[in-house]
Amino acid sequence: MELFKNTNYDFLGKKWPFIIASLVLTVAGLGSVFFWHGMNYGIDFKGGAMMTVRFAYPPPVDKIRSAMSHAIKGEVSVENFTSGTAPNSVVIGTELEEERLLNKNRQAMEDVLNTTFGQPNNGKLDFNNTSEQTLAGRLRDALAGAGVPMTDQQLQTLVTNLLAARDKQYSGLITDFHQLASVPGMNPGIMNAFEQVSYLAPFHVAEVEMVGPKVGAELRTKAVLATLYALAGMLVYIAFRFEWIYGLGAVIACFHDTIITVGVFSLFNEQISMTVIAALLTLVGYSMNDTIVIFDRIRENLKTSRREPLEQVMNRAVNQTLSRTVMTSGLTFLTVIALFLFGGPVLHGFSFALVCGIIVGTYSSVFIASPIVLFWHSYTDKKRKSPVMPAASRAETARKGTTKAVK
Amino acid sequence: MKRNLKSRAIVIAVTILICVLGIIGIPKSWSDLKQNFRDNIRLGLDLRGGSHLVLQVQVQDAVKADGDQTIERMKEELKKENITWTDMTDSDVRPDHVEDADNVTITVKGIPATMTSAFRNVIADRFPTYSLTTLNSTDYSMKLKPSDLLALKTDTVTRTVDTIGNRIDQLGLSEKTVTQYGRAGSDYEILVQLPGVDDPARVKELIGTAAVLEIDDVKDGPFASRDAALAQHGGVLPLNTKLVKSKPRAGQDGEQWFLVGKTPVITGHEMRNARPGQDEMRKWETSFNLSPDGGKRFGRYTEANIGNRLAVVLDNQIVSVATIESKIEDSGRITGLGSEDEAVDLSRYLRSGSLPAGVVYNEERSIGPSLGADSIHAGLMAGIAGLAAVVFVMLFYYRRSGINAVLALLLNTIILLAALSYFHAVLTLPGIAGVILTIGMAVDSNVLIFERIREELRAGKSVIAAVDTGFSKAFLTIIDTHVTTVVSCAFLFLFGEGPVKGFAVTLTIGLIANVFTAVFVSKTIFDYELSGHRRVETLSI
Repeated sequence: MELFKNTNYDFLGKKWPFIIASLVLTVAGLGSVFFWHGMNYGIDFKGGAMMTVRFAYPPPVDKIRSAMSHAIKGEVSVENFTSGTAPNSVVIGTELEEERLLNKNRQAMEDVLNTTFGQPNNGKLDFNNTSEQTLAGRLRDALAGAGVPMTDQQLQTLVTNLLAARDKQYSGLITDFHQLASVPGMNPGIMNAFEQVSYLAPFHVAEVEMVGPKVGAELRTKAVLATLYALAGMLVYIAFRFEWIYGLGAVIACFHDTIITVGVFSLFNEQISMTVIAALLTLVGYSMNDTIVIFDRIRENLKTSRREPLEQVMNRAVNQTLSRTVMTSGLTFLTVIALFLFGGPVLHGFSFALVCGIIVGTYSSVFIASPIVLFWHSYTDKKRKSPVMPAASRAETARKGTTKAVK
Repeated sequence: MKRNLKSRAIVIAVTILICVLGIIGIPKSWSDLKQNFRDNIRLGLDLRGGSHLVLQVQVQDAVKADGDQTIERMKEELKKENITWTDMTDSDVRPDHVEDADNVTITVKGIPATMTSAFRNVIADRFPTYSLTTLNSTDYSMKLKPSDLLALKTDTVTRTVDTIGNRIDQLGLSEKTVTQYGRAGSDYEILVQLPGVDDPARVKELIGTAAVLEIDDVKDGPFASRDAALAQHGGVLPLNTKLVKSKPRAGQDGEQWFLVGKTPVITGHEMRNARPGQDEMRKWETSFNLSPDGGKRFGRYTEANIGNRLAVVLDNQIVSVATIESKIEDSGRITGLGSEDEAVDLSRYLRSGSLPAGVVYNEERSIGPSLGADSIHAGLMAGIAGLAAVVFVMLFYYRRSGINAVLALLLNTIILLAALSYFHAVLTLPGIAGVILTIGMAVDSNVLIFERIREELRAGKSVIAAVDTGFSKAFLTIIDTHVTTVVSCAFLFLFGEGPVKGFAVTLTIGLIANVFTAVFVSKTIFDYELSGHRRVETLSI
């Protein structure tokens, strides 16, 4: 089966609508970044605290928000994060002005949850939010008090099993003690003592992330710098393998993809986290790959058809690689769409960036990178026809000569 | 083309073997295999849950402390030489500003002009780590020399790493990371990663509470148990004493209890350094240094108590008991240790007494094991669904040749996993991003080659010629795309941080594997298929 056989579309002739669309997208994205939503940095980059909490019932977002705002200074965001793999989840974000507050804020957030939804004053241990060591300590005393004999080894195994059941089977949240009855090592006697010292709060803190603002700013600068250096490195390599204008074209196309994707993130007010940066890097790699494949074909065609106008050569290259472009982009898009649809909330930002990136990255190779090379060459051609011609090195003139002898 | 088919097949087989060995080892049973897989492919904290802390050592505290001590010592030395002064201070440091470490300056005022050279000599002789600047005829300023300043800061960070590592050992974890992080010599950061511990509050408690190191005088002991000790003293502890247990050592059964004085002779704050060594008889020993102040007190005490015993007590556990043989001032030795290990351990205990400087938490993440498990599960499922779709389309569109692509893809994944295992790299979420791009480019390489072969076939070339030309032409493109991406990875690795680095590493490995599988392996399979028949007229592509 073959989809495209000897196609001959005039891609470069239709470049303007795409270039205009790109410009519109870029302007809209940048407009949103500077004047509307701004950049919705995740706590990786702006510093702050983020807590993912899973509830036993649909989370009362407003109640959480008002309770948090009372206790914590600064902006508090509470977002429903519920999805198929993360039922009844919210993400609570707070600002962090100073590194020193790291500890205090976490405590404050946990306290608020506890007083609002838990039973803070009954002296019992909240099994849904306890750690192995604490649970072992409590249980040891309780079992000794209840007269249930148990060695330290047995106790340790039991505690490990209990927590494993909570985390693996019930996603961290137990709603009824009976759910634990089948845990290996459990018996009615132990259960009795266990129920005496612990209770089940209707929430479970699944994840806490806290980044000091200084570190956040540093991470941001480093990520941006690393990406810029990487682009520069690619520019030099492509310039070395092709011509410098090809390198420039490819890098501008990649930059264009990144800017548009970041712009789309801002338009949709999606959060930019460290994994989104990983996705942006992925799309830079993807877009660069796509561009080089086409450039490579242009270079190959130029060797055999010296007398053809560059635009025609480019069109032919795009047509020849069309089938591969559609296959590769299609297949990659398929994978990314799968991640976007089924990957769960953790991969949401990541796959969203890739979905945007692959669409933009595919057309930018044809409608951004190639036209840049084309514009440059027609510009130098015009210049060459004018009486004052800059002295070019012989090698360069010779090389360029091969690309557009007719014009 | 056919000639070296066999040797190429051997290269491929050996590669597969080495990779499979790297991933699962030599398993003896099914559960063994699963265990090996889990041990070799290590998941990052973001995928399996745990705590991740980044803390910054407040090196300016240590530099300031050094300045304070120097002032104390200078006062003594100058007194000895009968040099007078009017004022001696060192500049203050701000909390949370590590850069202040570079600006700690001691100002000495009012040295009589007649004593200038004597003063200069004392500083040059006794305080070689400081450089002296003349402010005017009677006043001077002193700063740590750059190399000594750097050494002090590095040492502070290393000691903090040691101390924190020791304290975290108390949690009894099988895996932990406590290392210096960020740029050495300017970030002063320490990374603590504890897989499986989702309660960083406890870890911070452990790090935060200064381990208490004391050197106590031993009143009586050892006893086999607490009761035995009490029985010896008629059931009550003598005034101002306490009972302390020995830290269990390997190869030693039973407990040992000592009765020690309640007020320590020396505390961890006065311990400056300790290192293992050997004496003239090549027996192991640990030598230590005390602060000038502590040294003076220790001198008075040891002088009066020769023949008595002292106990090194760390967090209320005795780690060593030794007899005082002579007066010890600011440097002493604990001799007659059983082994090198004992000497190394003891010096570590002595050093870890207290954090040499405060710490500030810059970053703290805890990922519950439930979330890690969910995100893995969802991501894995989605990844498998995506891959299945890719495999299906490849087989459908390229028919028999699609099998080549799928085999190459599979081998690529195996090589990537094996490389991660051999390099002891950790697979994180950004790393998986790298894997996705790798798979994308691997699919692309195959598509490029196949499309090229089809084109050559359409141009009327014979099957064998078309395959050869297709591969050699696509090869150039593949090299260009891959080298460009590897170049960008090199920059990301050099200038990136943490996650960006992980992305670069996995991607680079994947791309190298891809050149091998898409070009070399895939070509070999084609050649093998074409070599069977004398004349090939059709190719399933």
